[in-house]
Amino acid sequence: MTGKRILSVLAHRLAILAYVVFALFPLYWLLKVSVTPNKLLYSEGIKMWPSRTSFEHFDFVLKHSEFPTFFKNSLIVSGSTAVIVTVLASLAGYAMSRFNFRGKYWIITLMLLTQMFPLVMLVAPIFKILSPLGLTNSLTGLVIVYTAFNVPFATFLMQSFFDGIPKDLEEAAMIDGATQFVAFRQIILPLTLPGIAATLGFVFTAAWSELLFSLMLISGNDSATFPVGLLSFVSKFSVDFGQMMAAGVMALIPACLFFLLIQRYLVQGLTAGAVKG
Amino acid sequence: MASHAAARNGGARRDQRPLKKRLADASAPYLYSAPALILIVTVMLVPLVLGISYAFRDIQLLNPMSGGFIGLDHFRTLYEDQNFYRALKNTLWWTGWSVLLQFVFGLILALLLDKPFYGRAIVQALVFLPWAVPSFLAGLNWAWLFNPVVGPIPHWLFALGLMNEPYNILSDPQLSTWGPIIANVWWGIPFFAITLLAALQAIPRDLYEAASIDGAGPVQRFISITLPFLAPTIAITVLLRTVWISNFADLIIVMTNGGPADRSQIVASYIFTQAFKRLDFGYASAIALVLLALLITYSMLIVILRQWLLSKD
Repeated sequence: MTGKRILSVLAHRLAILAYVVFALFPLYWLLKVSVTPNKLLYSEGIKMWPSRTSFEHFDFVLKHSEFPTFFKNSLIVSGSTAVIVTVLASLAGYAMSRFNFRGKYWIITLMLLTQMFPLVMLVAPIFKILSPLGLTNSLTGLVIVYTAFNVPFATFLMQSFFDGIPKDLEEAAMIDGATQFVAFRQIILPLTLPGIAATLGFVFTAAWSELLFSLMLISGNDSATFPVGLLSFVSKFSVDFGQMMAAGVMALIPACLFFLLIQRYLVQGLTAGAVKG
Repeated sequence: MASHAAARNGGARRDQRPLKKRLADASAPYLYSAPALILIVTVMLVPLVLGISYAFRDIQLLNPMSGGFIGLDHFRTLYEDQNFYRALKNTLWWTGWSVLLQFVFGLILALLLDKPFYGRAIVQALVFLPWAVPSFLAGLNWAWLFNPVVGPIPHWLFALGLMNEPYNILSDPQLSTWGPIIANVWWGIPFFAITLLAALQAIPRDLYEAASIDGAGPVQRFISITLPFLAPTIAITVLLRTVWISNFADLIIVMTNGGPADRSQIVASYIFTQAFKRLDFGYASAIALVLLALLITYSMLIVILRQWLLSKD
């Protein structure tokens, strides 16, 4: 019995290890090539770690490319999108969770439908609508578009978090004389902080990686976000693997940091929602 | 306001509320959802309607003379477009394998993480990390791994005897779709694992204890407790993921660009090619409309199937 137990624990740990290796190996390789000096890139191409490391690629990318601008633009766009979406989705998600009203079914249907559009279909019309408003080639335009795209899913997410919080809490507050909005703001929202963090993280990463609309709506380098910047990098310096991967590593940093901070709440928050849903 | 609320809860019920208060109550949910709705309608619904109209018009971005109504011409072209049929077949292949592998490996990972063990928090953060990697960077990353110049994978396959020489599978017409599928599986496992793990942790633990006291083995417990509890989550995530992945062109565009010779083109990337390379928005919108119709049909079928299964119980 104990032998069997040890064996099953061992199998469990080995399986976990396999997943960790599979998840991290591509990122490890990205990092490895980014610190391999050009001279060794081909001669030591498939070695697990180069015999000499250098930061020459990072140095080049930071000093001789527009990558810092792309980085800043992406940070502004993703940050603003995440905050605005979370505010709008909290309000809408609260309505979906707490009220029974006639339009609810239609609103949910509308939001589900938006998840099915091939977004490519919207590129040309959105371009034609935003262009006369001066919102193409501007970060504001991107924030508006990304916010709209992310609100439906974020609303469902927030709704499931609100569903996990007992109704009695705000009912008690309302008996004590608070309006529903005050109860929502002062009692329900603080309890939903893990959910809010998860939503922020979801939206931030989504906006951080969006390529299609950024490619279409932004033409100059001044307001290009990092995916567009990196793609132009790839087409311009397509043989400089070291530099591309150095740029890739830097692009990875904010998304990963953000993710590591919020990933714990993600499962917690979803669990809370699943209890009821 | 405070007096209204007090009046409402102090004995007097609904119909005796003043008209103003009743109106305010009825409009409250709409006020909460208005900002989100206005944005969705103006930035998604209005352009969608415009986009649908483009499918019946001749819209070429660089041609100022275009824009005329041409009826069903795009759909006639589409009906005879062999590339479209191949893209459709590839979409099934790409979506089917991606969803299946993501789901199976995601479920296994969720089950592994559901057991407590030392260092679980860190492991969880690490295995979920690929999900945070921007999708197109994931594509580039895997394209580099498959590239025999800087990547190790062709050399490993060569060493294992699976390849005669280290070459790039992304340029092999027979295998090129597998490159993006593998990248997609790597990238998508965490999504399934996160949602399934959340659902697993919501299952009351005493159910398992009761079952083991009754002598149920691990497999039996999995089939009679875990699966039924997970079923609603599985249904909704698989549905959403299927639709989402069939629309997801980033990895294919970044890794193979539909090549070699359109062999790995899916419908979504084909639309992208028509719109961005040939700037033919009219034709692209027509293809998109067909894709949209197919996806809606699929979702309806699933929803009806679910209703039918529920009503059978």
